Amino acid sequence: MNEPDSPAELHACVVVIGAGPGGLAAAVAAAESGVDVLLLDAAPLPGGQIWRARQGVAAEPVARALERLASAGVRVLASSRVVMSLPNRTLLIDGPQGARRLRWDRLILATGARERLLPFPGWTLPGVFGAGGLQALVKGGWPIRGRRVVVAGTGPLLLAAASTLRREGAQVVGLVEEARTDALARFAGKLAAHPRKAWQALGLGASLLGVPFIRGGRVVAAEGDGRVERVLLEGEGGRGHAIACDALAAGWGLIPQTELAQSLGCAIAPRLGAPAIVVDSAQRTSVDGVLAVGECTGVAGAVAAQLQGETAGRIIAAGLGAAARRPFEHAARLAREHAFAAAVAGTFPPPADWANRLSDDTLVCRCEDVPWSALRGQPDLRSAKLATRCGMGHCQGRLCHDTLAAVMHWPRLPARPPLSPAPLATLLAIDEHPSHQEPLQ
Amino acid sequence: MRITVDGRALDVPHGTLVAAAVEIAAPGRGARVSPAGLRRQPLCGMGVCGECRVTVDGLAHRLGCQSLCTPGMEIRTDE
Repeated sequence: MNEPDSPAELHACVVVIGAGPGGLAAAVAAAESGVDVLLLDAAPLPGGQIWRARQGVAAEPVARALERLASAGVRVLASSRVVMSLPNRTLLIDGPQGARRLRWDRLILATGARERLLPFPGWTLPGVFGAGGLQALVKGGWPIRGRRVVVAGTGPLLLAAASTLRREGAQVVGLVEEARTDALARFAGKLAAHPRKAWQALGLGASLLGVPFIRGGRVVAAEGDGRVERVLLEGEGGRGHAIACDALAAGWGLIPQTELAQSLGCAIAPRLGAPAIVVDSAQRTSVDGVLAVGECTGVAGAVAAQLQGETAGRIIAAGLGAAARRPFEHAARLAREHAFAAAVAGTFPPPADWANRLSDDTLVCRCEDVPWSALRGQPDLRSAKLATRCGMGHCQGRLCHDTLAAVMHWPRLPARPPLSPAPLATLLAIDEHPSHQEPLQ
Repeated sequence: MRITVDGRALDVPHGTLVAAAVEIAAPGRGARVSPAGLRRQPLCGMGVCGECRVTVDGLAHRLGCQSLCTPGMEIRTDE
């Protein structure tokens, strides 16, 4: 089945996109069944977001997975992105070796999730970060020791981010959760059915002893002269107050990253609070030969991602006639993880009233500096894009179109190539492909 | 390891992100300048928002949050 690779073209029987918990598990499961696997990831080091390396040192489960991948002969391409999908089971990728075509027989999407980052007055000031965003930067050496940080938004990620920041020497001067006290109490009741999660929550809670915890609170604005100096908050009773700080780390849960799946034609539907890639119990998408695992199929955490990854790897290996372990072994555990994820999604929903939190001059599109006042009179996303350049910058609408789809109830636009910004030289590599049929836009 | 940020030499530990090196070199200054001339700092930390873009060894628009420093690297934020 293998043909020799040429400098401009690679081939693997199984290509896995994304080296987080789901992608690593899928690659290990397929490769240890004797299947030829290539794993591609955009970051310089594998692990994804939750298993992100700290100051260049791999997290323990990543180190173990990489050992197994190495002994199984898996090729790992780091710092590499999918630019677009080409016909005939081929991806155009870009990385340290330049632009190449990557042919696959089976494709496993493990593209993960990104933080829901919502605009509010002052959110473009230096010193305002995503909650997971600042956590990731700090693991990469961003100096935080001694700085006063407010962590705000909604969801369990806030606790994890605050815990990391505190461990690295930050002074967490406020933890502001939008969920109200009664909703949090109901959630705590459900934790009893998930002892491992309860134990984790207790550990996180212990690591945050002494941090002011504001329930049912929300960020109104970040203020400061050239950088954030204070955060204005509103509490459960509608009372406002300010916290002086050097940084604000704010996020409102996670959104599955489905752009590559959409460009492949995979069906997308809401799951666990956000649009996600539709998969069956064998992790198969609606497109033949394409499977998906982990957060991109619905935000359910790292354990679910690993279980799905193993399932997908085994399914593919079995389909190719390799000796694979029982593929559906994890069904019951996965169902438990999804039950817990449903409780999380119900307790920490994205805020429903976001339009009320924007001021006329709030920059909804950070790439192109497009204010709310220029957008709210538009009829749909396409018109907004054409009239204001909103979503035409580097992020390609990944931030602002999510916001506008929610706030304005606008349908989303289809994913268009290139999926990530690429130099023209990269796009020229398409032309060498003999069967390319679609015109570039 | 020794790198330079906007021409100024800086020693950073192994495993330091380019985005973090920019912050160490000039705390709070930010990397990208928006079309309206506003200084920005990284937001997402995972290669989505593009607010961390800098020039690395002459290559423009590199994502500082997705790149690790290497010895002798030259980072510019003012291009």
